Amino acid sequence: MKENEIYTELNSIRSLMERSTKFISLSGLSGIMAGVYALIGAWIGYKMVYTDGSGMRFRDVYVNDPLVWLPLFLVAVVVLVLSLATGILLTIRQARKRGENYWNPVSKRLLVSMAFPLITGGIFILILICKGHYGIIASACLVFYGLSLVAGSQFTFTDVKWLGLCQIILGLLAALFPGYGIIFWVIGFGLLHILYGSIMHFKYNQ
Amino acid sequence: MKVSLEQFDKAFENRLRLQIMSVLVANESYDFNSLKELLNVTDGNLASHIKALEKEEYITITKSFVGKKPNTQYAASKLGREAFKKHLEALENLIKQQKL
Repeated sequence: MKENEIYTELNSIRSLMERSTKFISLSGLSGIMAGVYALIGAWIGYKMVYTDGSGMRFRDVYVNDPLVWLPLFLVAVVVLVLSLATGILLTIRQARKRGENYWNPVSKRLLVSMAFPLITGGIFILILICKGHYGIIASACLVFYGLSLVAGSQFTFTDVKWLGLCQIILGLLAALFPGYGIIFWVIGFGLLHILYGSIMHFKYNQ
Repeated sequence: MKVSLEQFDKAFENRLRLQIMSVLVANESYDFNSLKELLNVTDGNLASHIKALEKEEYITITKSFVGKKPNTQYAASKLGREAFKKHLEALENLIKQQKL
């Protein structure tokens, strides 16, 4: 065997090991879209909570009023559903483009590992709502979402781990400043997603 | 030169067998259809090479049913992992020797 042949052989083994353990058809575009939905959602939420009054913006309602938190909750759910649907559709499209099956052992493992922190977080947040601890809901969303990204990152691009770590840090900061949940929400779910999506799009899609 | 060639594992002389083994070493287990898709080979081709690896006791096979469909999972055995590692080391040694 020639040296070159051995190198190609070793390279093909390496790429095969990587392809069989990492799901790389995630689409950067879906990250950007999720960020945009989150920003629109946050803007609608802001309009609901803060009202205009003689050029000054002030809060004349409180989030512990069910008339306020219920629509906010609905907005968040709509943003979540839209982001998931876009993500799933674009990922399937990306996988088809690469000639890869989107439903394979790796994508299954990716989903299962992300599901545990996400479902735990979802239930935890429902409990927070029931018990009236509205102030730390934004924080809990970011922390659990970040944890699920870190958990899933071992089955996909390592970049996802960094996105997850940033979300966790933001979530912890949000817990320190309970009144400013919406700001951390905008940074985490909006800006970070758009930033991450653009990086992924240019790094892997071109 | 001759010494290192002897370290090559006969079972891995076939490229597909080495590829199957790389997937199984990197994963806890893998099923037949996913393996077929990943390696882009035919049923018969994959089955015959899997049989060869099984004969060497490099892989273990677990058969079960998912609903009515048979589901066969393959995993690398301890012996298989060691053989794979040795084979890679032999390849590395060959490169080193050629550099001298």
